[in-house]
Amino acid sequence: MGIFETLFHALPELVLVIGAMALLITGVFAGDKYFREISYASVTLLSVAAALAIFGPAPPTESIFDGAFRIDAFSTFCKVIIYISAALAILMSERFLADEKVGRFEYPVLIVLAVFGMSLMVSATDLISLYMGVETQSLALYILAAFNRDSNRSTEAGLKYFVLGALSSCLLLYGASLIYGFSGSTSFEEIARVASEAESNTGLIIGLVFLISGLAFKVSAAPFHMWTPDVYEGAPTPVTAFFAAAPKLAGMALFARTLVSSFPSVLEDWQPVIALIAVASMAVGAFSAIAQTNIKRLMAYSSIGHMGYALMGLAAGTAQGISSVLIYMAIYVAMTIGAFACILMMRRRGGMTENIADLSGLTKTNMPLAIIFTILLFSLAGVPPMAGFFGKWFVFFAAVDADLVWLAIAGVLASAVSAFYYLRIVWFMWFDEAAEAFERDSGPVLRFAAWGAALLMFPLLTVFIGPLAQVARRAAAALF
Amino acid sequence: MIESSATQPWLSLMTFAPLIGAIFIVISRMMAKKNDDGIIEGPELEQTDRNARIIALIFTSGAFLISLGVFVLYDASLADFQLVEEVEWLGGGISYKMGVDGISILFVLLTTFIMPICILASWDSIKSRVGDYMIAFLVLETLMIGVFCALDLFLFYIFFEGSLIPMFLIIGVWGSKGVKEFAGITMPSRVYAALKFFLYTLIGSLLLLVAMAWMYSKAGTTDIVALQQFDFPAGAQKWLWLAFFASFAVKMPMWPVHTWLPDAHVQAPTAGSVVLAAILLKMGGYGFLRFSLPMFPIASIDFAPLIYALSIIAIIYTSLVALAQEDMKKLIAYSSVAHMGFVTMGIFTITKQGIEGGLFQMLSHGFISGALFLCVGVVYDRMHTREIAAYGGLVHRMPLYAFLFLFFTLGNVGLPGTSGFVGEILAMVGAFQVNSWIAFFAAFGVILSAAYALRLFRQVMYGDLTKEALMAIPDVNTRELVMLGALMAFALYLGFNPGPALNVFSPSVDLLLENFNASLAAGGVQ
Repeated sequence: MGIFETLFHALPELVLVIGAMALLITGVFAGDKYFREISYASVTLLSVAAALAIFGPAPPTESIFDGAFRIDAFSTFCKVIIYISAALAILMSERFLADEKVGRFEYPVLIVLAVFGMSLMVSATDLISLYMGVETQSLALYILAAFNRDSNRSTEAGLKYFVLGALSSCLLLYGASLIYGFSGSTSFEEIARVASEAESNTGLIIGLVFLISGLAFKVSAAPFHMWTPDVYEGAPTPVTAFFAAAPKLAGMALFARTLVSSFPSVLEDWQPVIALIAVASMAVGAFSAIAQTNIKRLMAYSSIGHMGYALMGLAAGTAQGISSVLIYMAIYVAMTIGAFACILMMRRRGGMTENIADLSGLTKTNMPLAIIFTILLFSLAGVPPMAGFFGKWFVFFAAVDADLVWLAIAGVLASAVSAFYYLRIVWFMWFDEAAEAFERDSGPVLRFAAWGAALLMFPLLTVFIGPLAQVARRAAAALF
Repeated sequence: MIESSATQPWLSLMTFAPLIGAIFIVISRMMAKKNDDGIIEGPELEQTDRNARIIALIFTSGAFLISLGVFVLYDASLADFQLVEEVEWLGGGISYKMGVDGISILFVLLTTFIMPICILASWDSIKSRVGDYMIAFLVLETLMIGVFCALDLFLFYIFFEGSLIPMFLIIGVWGSKGVKEFAGITMPSRVYAALKFFLYTLIGSLLLLVAMAWMYSKAGTTDIVALQQFDFPAGAQKWLWLAFFASFAVKMPMWPVHTWLPDAHVQAPTAGSVVLAAILLKMGGYGFLRFSLPMFPIASIDFAPLIYALSIIAIIYTSLVALAQEDMKKLIAYSSVAHMGFVTMGIFTITKQGIEGGLFQMLSHGFISGALFLCVGVVYDRMHTREIAAYGGLVHRMPLYAFLFLFFTLGNVGLPGTSGFVGEILAMVGAFQVNSWIAFFAAFGVILSAAYALRLFRQVMYGDLTKEALMAIPDVNTRELVMLGALMAFALYLGFNPGPALNVFSPSVDLLLENFNASLAAGGVQ
């Protein structure tokens, strides 16, 4: 394959990275007063990339760039969701950043660069491209966490994230080098071949455990979740919205591809590890969130829990399992964006509020917002007929189908516990006396994102879950 | 094998008609004039509230009429599922499939019949957030009809579990006042009741979810008909049965997981209690008949003694508890638990009389306990207390009310001539065929039920009218008379002439028993 043909296949990534550079240069000359225009340009870039990913050249049959980068139905599925959610995150931030007076042009550009990193992650089929993708994403995210540089909380969040993130990257790199040492190759395909032929894979598995630890950090799965609540709470809210959605999907996709395409022959070795991480994450998500009073922290623990459910599908290690992970993550991303759009609408007299108690009596002061949030919360809790339930159903089924009934039972118990804290918010909104009303003028973007997510959760995906499952199954089949 | 007498989606129309009504209420609220804060106020609010009540009444009555039409189309001589509709949904053997048979059709009718009464019962007594209230009831009706019509386990689960959401809101928002201390948190007691209701039921049903996943992974479909014919291995049946039991026992509710029920009943508004008693509790018994017996016959035989034991405890123990209650609603709630004990006992005798008795008892309990909660609502609306001690001598001021209350009290006791008698006697006949001790203990329950029910009646109705506040209490008005009269007519009709209902049950129960014995024989158990 010639270099031009190769590049042609990587068109969405090229558009993103070249566009981001161009915007960066423009921004340097134009300055922060063009923040808005650069935001819109970034959204356009992401939309173009999404369109190219869907309608662009047919995926090649082989990995490109010497086997380091693979474009298939799996990567396309993830990319499209990542691009859309990143574009929404940029649009949702605009008002917030303007109000907080931190509307600097780097913001959208950094998001685009992070998205570029995620693109690499979901397509990586080589330890080197894996690491490059992870680092490109993480570096952009560290800066984003500290984006409100005059705020102590934000800089603290950025620093914490950076230090711990660097540590996890070390683990990742150490694991990768062990794997390279024992298999003699960095390519997933080659590693898979060596692993299936070797009589003993002890060295490889030690490397794999390090690799899993590093990746678990990136998707904030327990016991590598400690950074999540602090970073979620400290980072500017729209940044948190972005953190909670796209990077999680990218991390989970990378996780899935790495384990399934390079270590299928040692499934019985990594399955218990992933299952334990899943149980730990679900438990942490379920129990730690109960006592939270800050809604961003609560969402942090909630997302830890949700990663646990998604990992349950991964632990199954079957095509069924991977497709359930994809369905789960797609629904999760939509729910999260919607929930954060609601949180961004919690604004009174010019300031944001983050206390759960501020939602008291919301049904009396702002019924539409209360309805949206209620739908999203029931969906997060996994109560039918909301879409969140279908996500859970698919992962539970995948686990049971792979003879991991105990894991599914742990999952349902955790989701019963976690239902309590989602219900608590519903209780505040519906049953309590009204607190002071929020500002009603929240801008069209937030309203669109919140309504869109709520309507997707119920009734759109309830009715059309079949097609989504179909697409996810096709995407998952690409890995096997 | 399915002889569908119609291809028109009558069942879906009936199921989703109330939901359409809910959408109309939303639209009417969107069109109403709002103030600057986006809130509807003053005369505009009264207008939208009135609209909401009328829309809710129209659509619940509409659903009732459609259900009558369905009943006309339904051929009671056939045992199979009828009016079946099937649409591809999730793919891979999970579809949107609806249908009714002799076991479910009468519960559908019960639901659609009770709902307009609930709307009427809330006509004057609900004053705040009327639109939300009506929407919650309409959504709840859709989900409840769906439970009885679903012919796909997955679809059943969605309806079954989804009904928690509106009921949670109904108890929490429109529940009564009072404060409860729990685990160091002080919360309104209606919130405590709502949370308890939700979490209890959720935990039970989540285990059912895992069982369902396992069954789907083995059978490759969640179609109820296919699952009923699928032979699950005997070892697995035990676990599956227990998982389903966890869910249905909580819903039923059976002793010892019944404790959410008195709380929920006491806190819920009148119509909420009626729906809870008349319909939601029936989902448990329906589930046992639809799933546990036909799908896990071997386990059902093995676990039947457990069910007998729990049923007997429920009948005797909760009757004794009912004797000690000070709160009218709590008393009726405990009596519901006792009556549901007869249902589970009857069903798990796995005899024709027992099962039909259980079914009949559920139907009759739907009318009678629903009516009793309405009766409590009548005096609660006037006096705003449910305490038995706050009443006395009502018969002097409210003779008509006393008559109605007496009728339903006797129905609750199981007096011959009321529908309550038929269900109990059939269930006991079934029990006698299995083990006369069970029937012996169950009979105690009948005596105890007379004790607590008549005690309630005596304390509330008889004696001298001494309480100052009761002097001017008016008798039942026309609206209340219509509601209670309709329920009384059914309870009386079924009491004197149970044949029509039993004839509807009969073919499907016969088929169920036939398949049950066939799969037992195939499994080598006798």
